[in-house]
Amino acid sequence: MAKDKPPTPRGETRRKFLVRTMQAIGISIVGGVVWGAFVKENTYDPLVIRPPGALPGDEFLKKCIKCGLCVEACANRPSVPYEGGKKKVTLRLATPGDNKPLGTPYFIPRDVPCYMCEDIPCVPACPTGALEPDLVSTLKDGQKKLDITKARMGVAVIDQKNCIAYWGLRCDACYRVCPLLDKAIYIEVYRNPRTGKHAFMVPKVDPDHCTGCGLCEHACVTEKAAIFVLPRDIALGRAGKHYMKGWEEQQPQEAPERIRGLGHESVENYLNTEDLLNE
Amino acid sequence: MSEERVGPLRYLYKHRFLILRRISQLTIMVLYIGGNIYGWKILQGNLSSSRFLDLVPLADPFAVLQMFFAGAIVGVDALVGALIILAFYAFVGGRAFCSWVCPMNVVTDFANWLRVKTNIHREEWQLRITRKTRYLALTLALVLSFILAMPAFEYVSPISILHRGLIFGMGLGWTMVLAIFLFDLFVIKNGWCGHVCPLGGFYSLVTKPSLIRVNYNKDRCTECMECVKICPESQVLHMVGKHSSIVNSGECINCGRCVEVCNDDAIYFTLRFKKEEVSHETK
Ligand code: SF4
Ligand code: SF4
Ligand code: SF4
Ligand code: SF4
Repeated sequence: MAKDKPPTPRGETRRKFLVRTMQAIGISIVGGVVWGAFVKENTYDPLVIRPPGALPGDEFLKKCIKCGLCVEACANRPSVPYEGGKKKVTLRLATPGDNKPLGTPYFIPRDVPCYMCEDIPCVPACPTGALEPDLVSTLKDGQKKLDITKARMGVAVIDQKNCIAYWGLRCDACYRVCPLLDKAIYIEVYRNPRTGKHAFMVPKVDPDHCTGCGLCEHACVTEKAAIFVLPRDIALGRAGKHYMKGWEEQQPQEAPERIRGLGHESVENYLNTEDLLNE
Repeated sequence: MSEERVGPLRYLYKHRFLILRRISQLTIMVLYIGGNIYGWKILQGNLSSSRFLDLVPLADPFAVLQMFFAGAIVGVDALVGALIILAFYAFVGGRAFCSWVCPMNVVTDFANWLRVKTNIHREEWQLRITRKTRYLALTLALVLSFILAMPAFEYVSPISILHRGLIFGMGLGWTMVLAIFLFDLFVIKNGWCGHVCPLGGFYSLVTKPSLIRVNYNKDRCTECMECVKICPESQVLHMVGKHSSIVNSGECINCGRCVEVCNDDAIYFTLRFKKEEVSHETK
């Protein structure tokens, strides 16, 4: 169909065009593969700890526009602590070299934990919904209210070999600093069989309450923290639906009475005899 | 107009848009940094998305477009912000983002300046790629966003890396900026902004209708070609020496360099619908 077009100066337009097109396709494929691989490489980090209300994994990466408004809200929150004259800012945006998805907000609890601000300034600041207020809200008198205890940034995990409380020493640094004291971290007391007359008072984490703020990890006295925050899907197991806790009141499915051979009371006692301090 | 100005005054006059642009770029930067460090409420966030006066949301329309391709339902603030910015450049400012706001422009302008001053620039040393490459990059960014379900350009954008770096800390981001600088210095004149940058490509496509335009008047022109020589997107001045016309291409970044260098007032800023002579005399 190029035949009835006026002749072009060189007369080789079509061949040139074809070559050009092939080149362009070639460049796009190579460019696309390299670019794509780079982005994939750059965004893969299962261990990153995100701000409160962050959507899970790829959903977050899809939406975060990397504006840093959450970081600024965190830096300029009313109660920002200082250390050595420097602001202790929890959130930071990943820069090249951080090995985190570029430009996205994260924090390193051992350096600066999340202080669990009651008004959670970082969340409403987000323009895209990558930080979703609904994930950190409770319904109160028919109104949604921001509630930082709903945050699930991660979950604290204790290394029982290196936590000195498990050696029998007295340490409750993490327990004391936890904003959800006695809920997210509680202390269990039991006899020290080695000495026979001393007590172990060991911290335990309840993942149902832990927000993953990392104040415990920040406070831990050991050289490398013996309690640390991990993303929840990495740190927590899953028992599966075929297990049922017959002793729990709110059963989704009514368990017939006679299954509980020991009776409601005794099962509870049996499983919780060590839980002396915690009510 | 310019006949009585001498010395520094004339210099200032001959660089008036350059100076204004640097002031604009610097002011915006300072406001963003102040917003981050001191909580100033003038401009918060960064060029990807920000809040102006703690009220008006602003967002990079190209970033939001990528998010749309990635399959994200973007929050209202970002959406409204993107529309505001898009409307402003498309109907008023033209591709002014590139020359008046983008921090990368300072880097590439510097490379270009060095290139000319040091005589590194030889036509025969140029790697030749077409200026259309940016549209290829633009397409690729959208296709990749779709495939990866992630805003693909946003994870590599040197513009954002530089801008975020200046506000929130650079990390190794300077390597990326250096790479662009060297690319523009040694490989292609106006390489990044004029050939590759998909954001520039995006604005080139959408800012065609904009109101603020450069106008060329052949009657005054002495065909010294200074304007074409200095223009970072010289292809948009194809009419110089041929016929009078406004610069219609969206690729013009409205930097005003051509206006400054023209000694014959043959080229100047105008509004698209303004009668030409009137606009000239009132200037
Ligand atoms: S809740 Fe945590 S991350 Fe959010 S502003 Fe407060 S300290 Fe920063
Ligand atoms: S405010 Fe939202 S979009 Fe901006 S960096 Fe934080 S999470 Fe990402
Ligand atoms: S246990 Fe640790 S991470 Fe969990 S809420 Fe308490 S201080 Fe925060
Ligand atoms: S602060 Fe560290 S060492 Fe102390 S009890 Fe907690 S986890 Fe163990």
